[in-house]
Amino acid sequence: METAKITKVAGPVVVAKGLKNAKMYDVVKVSNRKLIGEIIELNKDLATIQVYEETSGVGPGEPVFSTDMPLSVELGPGLISSIYDGIQRPLDVLKASSGEFITRGAEADAIDRKKKWDFEPILKKGDKVISGDIIGTVQESSIVKHKIMVPYRIQGEIKEIYKDKFTVTDTIALIEDQEGSIHEIKMLQKWPVRGSRPYKKKLPPIEPLITGQRVIDTFFPVTKGGTACIPGPFGSGKTVVQHQISKWCDAEIILFIGCGERGNEMTDVLLEFPELIDPNSGKPLMERTILIANTSNMPVAAREASVYTGITIAEYYRDMGYNVALIADSTSRWAEAMREISGRLEEMPGEEGFPAYLGTRIASFYERSGRVKCLGSDDREATLSIVGAVSPPGGDLSEPVTQNTLRTVQVFWSLQDKLAYKRHFPAIDWLTSYSLYLSGLSEYYKKEIGEEYIETRDKSMALLQEEAELEEIVRLVGIDALSTHEKLILETARSIREDFLLQNAFDVTDSYSSIKKQFLILRLIIMFHENAEKVIKNGVTIEKLYALPVKAKIIRAKLIEEKNLKIFSEIEKEIVSQISSTTD
Amino acid sequence: MIKEYLTISEVSGPLIIVEKTIDVKYQELVEIELSSGEIRRGQVLEITEDKAVVQVFEGTTGINISNTKIRFLGKVIELPLSMDVLGRIFDGSGRPIDDGPQIIAEKKLDINGNPLNPYARDYPNDFIQTGISSIDVLNTLVRGQKLPIFSGSGLPHARLASQIARQAKVLGKEEKFAVVFAAMGITFEEANFFISDFRRTGAIEKSVMFVNLADNPAVERIITPRMALTCAEYLAFEKDMHVLVILTDMTNYCEALREVSAARKEVPGRRGYPGYLYTDLATLYERAGRIKDKKGSITMIPILTMPEDDKTHPIPDLTGYITEGQIILSRELHHKGIYPPINVLPSLSRLKDKGIGLNKTREDHANVMNQLFASYARGKEAKELAVILGDAALTEIDKKYVKLSDEFEEYFVKQGEDENRTIEESLNIGWNLLTIIPKVELKRIKDEFIEKYLPTDITTEDKDINVVKG
Ligand SMILES: Nc1ncnc2c1ncn2[C@@H]1O[C@H](COP(=O)(O)OP(=O)(O)OP(=O)(O)O)[C@@H](O)[C@H]1O
Ligand SMILES: [Mg+2]
Repeated sequence: METAKITKVAGPVVVAKGLKNAKMYDVVKVSNRKLIGEIIELNKDLATIQVYEETSGVGPGEPVFSTDMPLSVELGPGLISSIYDGIQRPLDVLKASSGEFITRGAEADAIDRKKKWDFEPILKKGDKVISGDIIGTVQESSIVKHKIMVPYRIQGEIKEIYKDKFTVTDTIALIEDQEGSIHEIKMLQKWPVRGSRPYKKKLPPIEPLITGQRVIDTFFPVTKGGTACIPGPFGSGKTVVQHQISKWCDAEIILFIGCGERGNEMTDVLLEFPELIDPNSGKPLMERTILIANTSNMPVAAREASVYTGITIAEYYRDMGYNVALIADSTSRWAEAMREISGRLEEMPGEEGFPAYLGTRIASFYERSGRVKCLGSDDREATLSIVGAVSPPGGDLSEPVTQNTLRTVQVFWSLQDKLAYKRHFPAIDWLTSYSLYLSGLSEYYKKEIGEEYIETRDKSMALLQEEAELEEIVRLVGIDALSTHEKLILETARSIREDFLLQNAFDVTDSYSSIKKQFLILRLIIMFHENAEKVIKNGVTIEKLYALPVKAKIIRAKLIEEKNLKIFSEIEKEIVSQISSTTD
Repeated sequence: MIKEYLTISEVSGPLIIVEKTIDVKYQELVEIELSSGEIRRGQVLEITEDKAVVQVFEGTTGINISNTKIRFLGKVIELPLSMDVLGRIFDGSGRPIDDGPQIIAEKKLDINGNPLNPYARDYPNDFIQTGISSIDVLNTLVRGQKLPIFSGSGLPHARLASQIARQAKVLGKEEKFAVVFAAMGITFEEANFFISDFRRTGAIEKSVMFVNLADNPAVERIITPRMALTCAEYLAFEKDMHVLVILTDMTNYCEALREVSAARKEVPGRRGYPGYLYTDLATLYERAGRIKDKKGSITMIPILTMPEDDKTHPIPDLTGYITEGQIILSRELHHKGIYPPINVLPSLSRLKDKGIGLNKTREDHANVMNQLFASYARGKEAKELAVILGDAALTEIDKKYVKLSDEFEEYFVKQGEDENRTIEESLNIGWNLLTIIPKVELKRIKDEFIEKYLPTDITTEDKDINVVKG
């Protein structure tokens, strides 16, 4: 192990002299306190290091120790339900060892070395294997079966495979490669965070990631393997939407990265997720969730790393064949961490002080998503979806992080503070948001729900667009300028907004809507509209229609529980009969 | 052994550069002795093998390159603490200015603190009744929350903050509480307003004040809130007290930070503020909260004046991105004579949802809150339309919404500076207002609550009486 001497300390950036064999992105330990750092620039014998912990009290002359290892994450059973900081230190273990406040130089294994897992072999002695082949499984949580894969760049024949209770560092199998050397296979693997994990082939995404959020699933869906961003000013609802997706989406593994955001939001997840039941598996949500929490008050360099730590773990579960969703709140804080480090390096700044490589970093992060054919001989398919929040300063979307993100992602959920002020949540603006997956998913919806779903959806969106135009007229000349039919359009659009789009995350029933229920609610509204259209020709007034008792039922349709969806057909009948009775 | 240096090579703004330094550490505390014998304090901002950049809290006026002595004290800035701090007034660097004795330290704490492990946090969910309807019902404050007041110059944020400090209580509990107050660059008058208000109500006994006035050194403002928060952490997490921290004015704090950043020739972010302003503010604001298995808590009310009342200015903007909501004051309401002039629509409490409802406030709270927001917003929108097109352009129903929004400001938002409404009183005023619009419009309220709480046959006069009685 090489040691060097510190020559400069400026906040999280430290320069050391004398690391001749160091490589870029190698991990080093700084000063005798052994603060964790990573080499981010090499210039002759000077290495610039970003330090993942507070550097106060560190000064020139103190030592720096090399480790010769790139910044890596530990992968293996025990990840699920964990909460880690940005460099994968388990926060629960740190609390137990060093108290409520995070002290410096604290070290802890990311994955418990003592815990024993029941390893269930799938393959047997003599089987030929290649990288990525699943040799056995471990029941990691009540939901997740952890698949133990042949590590990258190893192939050959299984010489031994054991069935027993093992720790992650025990040998569970022996593989002999072509050259005749024997590889001991353990459940614990490591992977450097800055490089993506390999797969065989990328495939186009074909299925929606169902989130249970009506405005998203019906109008602006994201796919399994797709990318979405959610920019918006403070308090517009980014975090709530992301929590909702983490809770209810139909991915099998959730990775939530709290990147430079509030501590209490992580506490919220930690308290709530073990209590909530996943509608797909019937088990507590925490049993499929991994949290990375590098909150705003935690060291900024570790914030920069947190995004990579998260995505590498996510890729690992994808490689097992799972549908994984990674939720990052907020990618702007990650970008700002890059800016801060770049500033200390005195790099030539690009737009608004961000480094010139901001765009490339954002693009290559989102590029790690996708639907893929995994390594291994069984050709299993898996997906990794990414949903990133963006926090534009002053809510101004022209800033570099938003712009660079919009260039890469396929779905844009545009949050408006005007809607949030009215407490129209989720405050996703239906006029400016978009999903480039919409048409590609039509087949899926047709098959799952029927042609009518797409018609109803398109009709509703058309009404919302018309509403915007009509409102413009009302603003100029007043409501009296509108025909009865136009007034009906306004009422129906209001109904779509309030009775369908508006969805209260904090109401037990309303929090999640199945795709089926989404369709049924929307169909009620459109049915009312179409039947009303017929009778207003005969002089029936809007007021009269509006006062029909069935209207109240439409308003409360979102509170109908999933198990009672048959009520909808009764309401539909009432719509037809009550509206036709208005002409009597 | 503490070495003394006479090797200043440069003085620039609040910074000095000291050469030929040996064994100096990042963020080390520095003592600067002027030729007059005056002692100032500073902190190392950057350190290379033989050169230290030091920021001087009291400013660099009078510092001379040739005969100013520099001593590096081998430690970071610490605040001496004991229970005797209660009732005391300190300057912005923690020195007593109330003629009382020095604090005999039971403990000395690094003012930068350490980041709280998110795993150790306990979620804030105890409702704090401030007695102010527009906060209690619509933007509920809970214990351990950080809820700033976004104000403008000339608006009554000081009166509002001290009303909250005076009236805040957790229902049904009598517990140890304290107020920690940090003034950064505010006027003597404003500081004096708080001090005399705390005296008047006896709160001074339970208060600790750190005061940096407008004519005190600007750079000192960088450490003032850290002193206050270190003191608050001590009282809350070592002495089990429920601490309310008031920080005013954060705008002056940020300007001090900008001054130092400019002197270091750092690449500026928006409007000249440093790129790390978000992170820096977060290390202050995130010190609020609760900790599992600890009795005490820190509730924080930072006050900031928005330059040109613009909430997209970096200071309110970045604050809003960190805090758990915001109370926004409106100049328009203030001009209408409404106190407190809280603009409820853009105001927000993110922690309200777990602090309200059955057993906390009242079962109908969430519904009433949502309905009032939606109805007031619709009334305001209709009113805007009426301004352009005249009242005639409004539908009958919109006219009712306009009436509701006017009365909402008059009876719900407006209240006396010493008027302390219970949560029931506030909710009932809300219900009275909701009688203005037809029952079918109450889309956000469950039928059972409408049955139970919606008053029947009520006139404006009754409402008025109700409010006065309340
Ligand atoms: N779907 C929803 N249902 C009900 N309330 C919501 C919903 N979405 C947002 N809210 C309300 O809006 C508040 C702010 O939302 P959130 O914390 O998600 O904002 P944000 O965009 O993440 O802000 P920041 O950028 O500051 O983190 C929430 O505390 C909640 O009160
Ligand atoms: Mg958020």
